[in-house]
Amino acid sequence: MKFLEKYLHKMEPHFIKGGKYEKWNPLFETMATFAFTPKLVTTKGTHIRDGVDLKRTMMTVVLAMVPCLLFGIYNTGHWAEVAEAGNRNLDFWANGGAKFMTGLWVVLPIIVVSYGVGLSIEFLFGFLRGHSLHEGFLVSGMLIPLCMPADVPLWMVGVATAFAVIIGKEIFGGTGMNILNIALTARAFLFFAYPTSMSGDKVWMAGDEVDGFTGSTALGDLATFMSDKPTIAGEQVLGNGLEAYANSYSFLDSVLGIIPGSIGETSLIAILIGALILLGTGVGSFRIMASFFIGGYVMGLILNAFGGNEFLDLPAHFHLAIGGFAFGAVFMATDPVTASQTETGKIIYGFLGGFLAIMIRVLNPAYPEGVFLAILFMNVMAPIIDHYVVQGNIKRRLKRVKTA
Amino acid sequence: MSKTVKLKKGLNIRLIGAANKVKTEVAMPKMVSIKPSDFHGMTPKMLVKEGQEVKAGTIIFQDKYNEPIKFSSPVSGKIEKIVRGEKRRILEVLISTSQNQEFETSEIRSVESMSNDEVKSTMLASGLWPFVKQRPLDIVANPINEPKSIFVSAFDSSPLAPDFNYVLQGKNKEFNAGMEVLKKLTSGKVHLTINGKATAESTFTDVKGVEINKIVGKHPAGNVGTQIHHIDPVNKGEFVWTVNAQDVSIIGRYFLNGKYNAKRTIALTGSEIKNPNYIDTIIGANVADILEGQITSDNVRVISGNVLTGDKISKDGYLGFYHNQITVIPEGNEYKFFLTTGWLGLGFDKFSNSRLFPTFILPKSKKFRLDTNTNGEERAFVVTGELERVFPFDILPMQLAKAAITDDIDGMENLGIYEVAPEDFALCEYVCTTKIDIQDKIRQGLDLIASECM
Repeated sequence: MKFLEKYLHKMEPHFIKGGKYEKWNPLFETMATFAFTPKLVTTKGTHIRDGVDLKRTMMTVVLAMVPCLLFGIYNTGHWAEVAEAGNRNLDFWANGGAKFMTGLWVVLPIIVVSYGVGLSIEFLFGFLRGHSLHEGFLVSGMLIPLCMPADVPLWMVGVATAFAVIIGKEIFGGTGMNILNIALTARAFLFFAYPTSMSGDKVWMAGDEVDGFTGSTALGDLATFMSDKPTIAGEQVLGNGLEAYANSYSFLDSVLGIIPGSIGETSLIAILIGALILLGTGVGSFRIMASFFIGGYVMGLILNAFGGNEFLDLPAHFHLAIGGFAFGAVFMATDPVTASQTETGKIIYGFLGGFLAIMIRVLNPAYPEGVFLAILFMNVMAPIIDHYVVQGNIKRRLKRVKTA
Repeated sequence: MSKTVKLKKGLNIRLIGAANKVKTEVAMPKMVSIKPSDFHGMTPKMLVKEGQEVKAGTIIFQDKYNEPIKFSSPVSGKIEKIVRGEKRRILEVLISTSQNQEFETSEIRSVESMSNDEVKSTMLASGLWPFVKQRPLDIVANPINEPKSIFVSAFDSSPLAPDFNYVLQGKNKEFNAGMEVLKKLTSGKVHLTINGKATAESTFTDVKGVEINKIVGKHPAGNVGTQIHHIDPVNKGEFVWTVNAQDVSIIGRYFLNGKYNAKRTIALTGSEIKNPNYIDTIIGANVADILEGQITSDNVRVISGNVLTGDKISKDGYLGFYHNQITVIPEGNEYKFFLTTGWLGLGFDKFSNSRLFPTFILPKSKKFRLDTNTNGEERAFVVTGELERVFPFDILPMQLAKAAITDDIDGMENLGIYEVAPEDFALCEYVCTTKIDIQDKIRQGLDLIASECM
């Protein structure tokens, strides 16, 4: 890599202040610092520094999402085939290569648009502010595709990404300064601006659905139990609703992820692999993840206790495996910038997040999925939680004066 | 009551180049320097002129705004140069040493027979006072204040730090005398805190009439700030004084024989030192002779002090007033390709407190050769929870650092700025993903507090 380093040395004078391409410095610096850890040395304070930096941290999160991405591509391919055949009972594992290619053809453009639009805007702000690319978007750019339905139009992905990056992040000052999770901001924007493209029966499966076929998701079907006309996959349920549901979406299917849904959210196993990577490296907060799951489970149990219809009676552990719950818990709620920053606060934040997610999911008929709304709500609440935790610390230390 | 404190949080940075328990003989330095910058916030008023002859113990300058605090020459010789910077600010006072060391002498009196005020005024007049530092603010103590207790740490837990058990071995008498002096300075207790994991020398355990506490844990267990926090925390309006263990013995020496003898045993450490040994030298000594033939390459950083809190000095620089060691580590001023030694490499050569690097699976005996590279660029705070893991205080480090950065005086007061010194945040600065100079931010916060609230 010596030649690259030499080339870098040669080009550097052109990009620093006073150089020929001074204005392009953010772009140059981004490329250069990506290829090489820069030769910056400590000037004051500690003379040595930990090996860790934001690039490695963020890259680890991207790596943790790869299992979800790969499974999501395959799953998208499968359900595209299902939609075209109009038959939900196709063997999931048959014809794998073709399904993967179909899925790739759907998912890759979404990723390209998300990264393309997002990074362009980030660079634009980098030029304006004169700094190189900050790594936050490496993660957001991957999260956005993974929380989209497969059939989402590409232009919407672009618009949503632009909205999320500008309104959600850059106006607050960029990476580390945002109040709301970027990817969820993008999702919420589309959900409220173009609801027909983000929910319902038509959006979850790519490919041209045959007439009369209903591409509903497990959650979509469950929501119908709250009405007088429960349906599973477009067919009205007459007998035992829970049994009909479990026939259609067994717990095992939900854990494996062979159910329709947003691209990356379906497979609990893929998500848990990601969670293992995040927890093993210490990037993701165990407190948030665990308390989020517990919060959701507790709310599920409470709903079970009241009962009344099939959705309320749905065993609590099902809730953790379907929809975006696990994906939200592992990748969205743990975003350190928007979550609570105190260790005690993280437990409260996670628990309430999971609790609210299931509450909204079941009790609010307008939103079949509550996870993203719950996390966004908790993002807004996180500073208040932190405030009280910090006040607690201050009071405890003031008490010390009085007792002494 | 003596206390035993156990710390769960902290981090021992395992570096190559700890000093062997052998002493290398070095000659008396030809030049010494007293740097006003070692005493934070102090403006010197010179009392000697260039070319003037001084003895060891002659007062050379005093604090312009707190005149009783005087600073003395560690050697006898000639004031060679008063180096001034912008606006004629005094940067350092260079003193060339003479062949025969002469001392300012004073009447020897037993400490017990002296009153508290006499002890204080003797220390002020002899230039010993700057060894006493105060919390809050981590500056030279203001003699007007009444400290509620005085803390001395009997060990240093920072990376490659000298072993005080070795350094002060057999110096029971002068250390004891020094502790007697400290007892006179407070109506409260004098705390001597020893390492709960190692057996302390009789130098420390034989001291009578003081609280001997034990503390067990990783760095910063040896930091006096950590010990104060767990044993007798500072609240607003209170003062605690601290003295380095070696300086206690210098104070003791003065009261025993009436001479200011600034001799100190320091450790020569770091991966770039050929023979890391202990040496006897003097406060403010020129390091050029000490480092002669000892450094492995040219591209190194010489640090007076340890790698976390020390000052960068040049290869012919001078030992700091409070420092007990010299560390030499490689400079990291080179590009590192991202997949090999850079940010995405395997990183077996990096020491990290995060599990993003394989440090945690490597055996505890593995030591590292770390350079001065920041290993990344400065960023905003993103990762949370990492500072808390190395900060054994009941204080929220990130919130306090943010309050300091934003000049939030109320926030700093509430969050515990009175208890901390920049050095307490050294490990936070080390582990922080942001690469922000947290110690510097805390110092700025303390300066603001000093000007607004004290």
